[in-house]
Amino acid sequence: MKPCVGRIANAGRMAGSPVLKIMLLLLLSLSCFFNAHADAGAASDSDTVLPTDYPGLLAALPQADFSTRQQIVARLVELKPPHGRELLAAWLDNKLQSRQSDGKLFLVETQDDVLSLTDPLTLQAAGTGKSEDFEQVRNNNALRKTLKVAIAEYDLADPAPRVRIAAVKQMRRDLDEDTVAALRQHLIVEKDRGVQHQVEVALALGDLSDADAAKRLAAVKALEGETAPDVYNALLPLARDTSADPDTAVRTAALAAVQHIETWRGFYEALETLFFGLSLGSVLVLASIGLAITFGVMGVINMAHGELMMLGAYTAYVMQLLLPHNTGAAVLLAIPAAFAVSGLAGIAIERSVVRFLYGRPLETLLATFGVSLVLQQLVRSVFSPLNRSVASPSWMSGLWQINDLFSLTCNRVYILGFSLLVFALLRLVLNRTSLGLKVRAVAQNRGMAKAMGVRTERIDALTFGLGSGIAGVAGVALSQLTNVGPNLGQSYIIDTFMVVVFGGVGSLWGTLISGMGLGVVNKLLEPYAGAVMAKILVLLFLILFIQRKPRGLFPQKGRAAEGM
Amino acid sequence: MSQTGKQGVAGGLYNRIAQPYLGLLRHRGSALRQEELDASHGTILYLEDITVSFDGFRALDALTLYVDVGELRCIIGPNGAGKTTMMDVITGKTRPDAGSAWFGQNIDLLALDEPRIAQAGIGRKFQRPTVFENHSVFENLELSMAGDKSPWKLLTAKLSGEQRDEIGHTLELVGLLERSSARAGSLSHGQKQWLEIGMLLMQRPRLLLVDEPVAGMTPQETERTAELLLSLAGERSVVVVEHDMDFVRSIARIVTVLHEGRVLAEGTIDQVQADPKVVEVYLGE
Amino acid sequence: MNLVQTRAAIPGRLLFGGDVGHRVFYGVLLALAVLVPLLNLAVPEGSALHLSTYTVTLMGKYLSYALLAIAVDLVWGYCGILSLGHTAFFALGGYAMGMYLMRQIGARGVYADPLLPDFMVFLNWKELPWYWHGFNHFALAMPLVVLAPGLLALVFGWFAFRSRVTGVYLSIITQALTYALLLAFFRNEMGFGGNNGLTDFKELLGFDLHHDATRVGLFLATVAALALGYAACRTITASRFGRVVLAIRDAESRTRFIGYRVESYKLWLFVFSAVLAGVAGALYVPQVGIINPSEFAPINSIEVVIWVAVGGRNTLYGAALGAVLVNFAKTWFTAAMPEVWLYALGLLFIVVTVFLPQGIVGFLRQRLGAAS
Repeated sequence: MKPCVGRIANAGRMAGSPVLKIMLLLLLSLSCFFNAHADAGAASDSDTVLPTDYPGLLAALPQADFSTRQQIVARLVELKPPHGRELLAAWLDNKLQSRQSDGKLFLVETQDDVLSLTDPLTLQAAGTGKSEDFEQVRNNNALRKTLKVAIAEYDLADPAPRVRIAAVKQMRRDLDEDTVAALRQHLIVEKDRGVQHQVEVALALGDLSDADAAKRLAAVKALEGETAPDVYNALLPLARDTSADPDTAVRTAALAAVQHIETWRGFYEALETLFFGLSLGSVLVLASIGLAITFGVMGVINMAHGELMMLGAYTAYVMQLLLPHNTGAAVLLAIPAAFAVSGLAGIAIERSVVRFLYGRPLETLLATFGVSLVLQQLVRSVFSPLNRSVASPSWMSGLWQINDLFSLTCNRVYILGFSLLVFALLRLVLNRTSLGLKVRAVAQNRGMAKAMGVRTERIDALTFGLGSGIAGVAGVALSQLTNVGPNLGQSYIIDTFMVVVFGGVGSLWGTLISGMGLGVVNKLLEPYAGAVMAKILVLLFLILFIQRKPRGLFPQKGRAAEGM
Repeated sequence: MSQTGKQGVAGGLYNRIAQPYLGLLRHRGSALRQEELDASHGTILYLEDITVSFDGFRALDALTLYVDVGELRCIIGPNGAGKTTMMDVITGKTRPDAGSAWFGQNIDLLALDEPRIAQAGIGRKFQRPTVFENHSVFENLELSMAGDKSPWKLLTAKLSGEQRDEIGHTLELVGLLERSSARAGSLSHGQKQWLEIGMLLMQRPRLLLVDEPVAGMTPQETERTAELLLSLAGERSVVVVEHDMDFVRSIARIVTVLHEGRVLAEGTIDQVQADPKVVEVYLGE
Repeated sequence: MNLVQTRAAIPGRLLFGGDVGHRVFYGVLLALAVLVPLLNLAVPEGSALHLSTYTVTLMGKYLSYALLAIAVDLVWGYCGILSLGHTAFFALGGYAMGMYLMRQIGARGVYADPLLPDFMVFLNWKELPWYWHGFNHFALAMPLVVLAPGLLALVFGWFAFRSRVTGVYLSIITQALTYALLLAFFRNEMGFGGNNGLTDFKELLGFDLHHDATRVGLFLATVAALALGYAACRTITASRFGRVVLAIRDAESRTRFIGYRVESYKLWLFVFSAVLAGVAGALYVPQVGIINPSEFAPINSIEVVIWVAVGGRNTLYGAALGAVLVNFAKTWFTAAMPEVWLYALGLLFIVVTVFLPQGIVGFLRQRLGAAS
């Protein structure tokens, strides 16, 4: 194998153009692949020459072919040397590299072509190096699997039960004699009930293929009540396929277990649909709630509402350009920044256009539509018409695994929570602050509020700014779900107006309930009608509903509502 | 009332089902319909146990009120007594939660909508004068004229000599003859009030509901309005809602006092003003 | 707003309010009908006076937009119904015409199927959907140009006006209506060509659509339709029906309380306006050579409203003027400096609604009124 690695390195040095380099690499790695297979047979003869101590194994690693590497991993698991886990984990992450000059192994962290080195024997820092002087210790699919199991076996000794459970789950994906033996061994020493249970499940899974029917039956019984996908996949052939198991009792028991899992699956799928619905609903609520202020409280049809969201989303994008290495802080800082940017833009719109048009809602519709066109073109000119993506911080990405069958995507959970938070804050502002009191006073009776000394013009501007600022905050949330582009806002404008009208103009609770409700209904319809038809059906429902009850679900009484 | 009630059911059905078709057959529909109004018992409006609530607030609370043919009735009461809501019920704008409302013995008002009620012969003047500001005074009266008001008829409708005369007569009656071609929006407040009364007259109503006709009028205008209303009663029944007690005194024979959605007192102005309950309500306010 | 009208009422009427504005409009149409064919067909191509077929088609397109604008002005300017879904009716008329033109292609399509349009062959459809039958006959297809938008307006309006949805709420649901149709027509399963719509038309009534004379013929048909539609709107607005409609706009409940069934008036006016829009769409499609779902886009409907506002609502000819001017500007800007167009259009929206609520015609009336 060594010549192959050398060839790659040479080719890399020789080839000038990057494209050529990549092509050469591809070709060579292909040839390596075939070589590896050719070598596999030859190497098996020479396994006796493997060293038995940790440093020796490490020294042998860079030159070893893939099958020898398999054996080295197996030997490491037997030895369990200190820091062996770190070595395996680094290898799995492609962070194990050998120095070309002396073949010595290091755990590396790469940044801008500079490697910070760690000695695998001591875990002490060992200076830095240049990336061209180092060669990655490669692995393939089979090796990665072996590495994962090996790490899992290390983890079985971890003090935290959570880690041990994950290790057992990892190991049972790929059960063979060795792992079963290791697990059996571990069960003797394991004290934690949860871990014990997972080991028992793993052993039962292993027993499913036992020759003894009684043992298989006991295994199926032991798996009853388990819902994990690998258990399901192991049981399914026994239950469905009459030829899979000669024993009827085993088949019947397996069928019962499978049906049990399927019932739970149905339940969690429904729960998942509900969650997707609420997630869509939370986006609708976030997008609409600012509109509920400008439209509901002030009676202004702000067609630029979507573009104010777009401004918020672009604020998140700019924030990320300013803080490229800290996406988490960028997103968090973008929230107040977007509120300020969109809020100020809103105040500017109110002062320059909307204030001339109070009491003429249809005219505000047309004028603010003009504003929306200008804003769209503005971001096209400033940021280019292309869509930009805003990265999610690590704590927002990934899955939140609740149990074997049910997991939630983190960013959606966050946005759901965020929309409720925004809703609560807005209610607090409207109900508990003096600004809120004045806003409501102006909405209910402008003349009387003015007579009481409220500066209605200022309140108008602030109210519009508040609604617009919330649109900006919604834009930050949207930037975490979709790409940011000049048309971002336009796609929401009809949906948001429908949400506000359906909920009842002027009712914040109405907006919340209608947004969530429409989200859930949309997602409930999707499996039957398809995404587009579901949307059309919801729109038609809304058109009919508004004609039946033009004041929405929670109609507001009073002169403000009558005026429109 | 049970007897009239039964007749009323049949009348209501007739109104709902047969009348529109008869109207198609006979072009002067609404004029004929007015003749069909049966007020032979001498009462033109029956309101019985009318209850209207908004969000738990009872605007009308089992209100019972009768108006006679040719009568001029004044209705007074403090703010929130339910005067405007009562008019809304009679003209079909608001549906009551309970009770019955009959126009004569045979027309069930609760089964009809606003245009039908207007065509049946009830005219309503709003509290704020509402005329068609962008039309001329003449056009305002032309539009209010009794007759077939279906869209298709009006595409080709032309004014007959008789109709012109009728408009001219009404213009004279409300004192707007010289302003016939002026835009209604350019009239003074009082003139708009009169124009609106003129518009009601063009409908040839049997019952006129007039909400605060002299609000914002000069004393001279008020006097002229009083004369106008007095001259209208007799041939038609007139119900006037008003706050101005002097004005009420100058026109009313019978006054009804509403309070919290009910009739508090009824009688001549002197009787009513002497009633301790009325005094308490007004002083309490 | 009212001040403007009162001030302008007397002298302005002499020029624009009375019959003169209307006469100018008819005069312009007549001049176009005579000059355009002459300059295009009779004047040789090299001459400076020659009008290219491209320009003729462009003008035809503007005039079909003008008819659409008049339809919108009829309901908005005269009855206060701000429909933000009128391009739905325009597009439905266009699709009816497009389906006829599609069937005329016959076996000349890329897949040379004698019965199925190309996109259906592409989707592997074996049979013509039932609603495509009969569209090969002009006499059967043309009623659909009127019926499809008319029926949609009738059903939608019947629900909306009967339950007294007005003002902003009506605008929002008309917008939702055209949005729902946009989504529906995007679906291939609908059988209207999905995303790509209907295109590659060959001939109309046997006339080659790429032929100059056919183009001029289409232009003349558009002029005629515009003149007729305009005359019909004039007749309606000048009748007592028209005065009731204005009364509804100004004081709806008063109109109801003097005995008018307001919803019937709104409904029939709305249906007629939708039919006009449908006719405009049917004239538009053979001239631009394509109809696709983007014609349903809510933004288009809002743009139509701004044409009307720019020209001057409540005048009919103002709407036509606005449509032609704005679209001319659009053509010019998108060719000369495309990045400026949206700024210009956006500012136009703002300036007109804030400073020129009566549009160009209203401004001229005011000027003439002040001058005399």
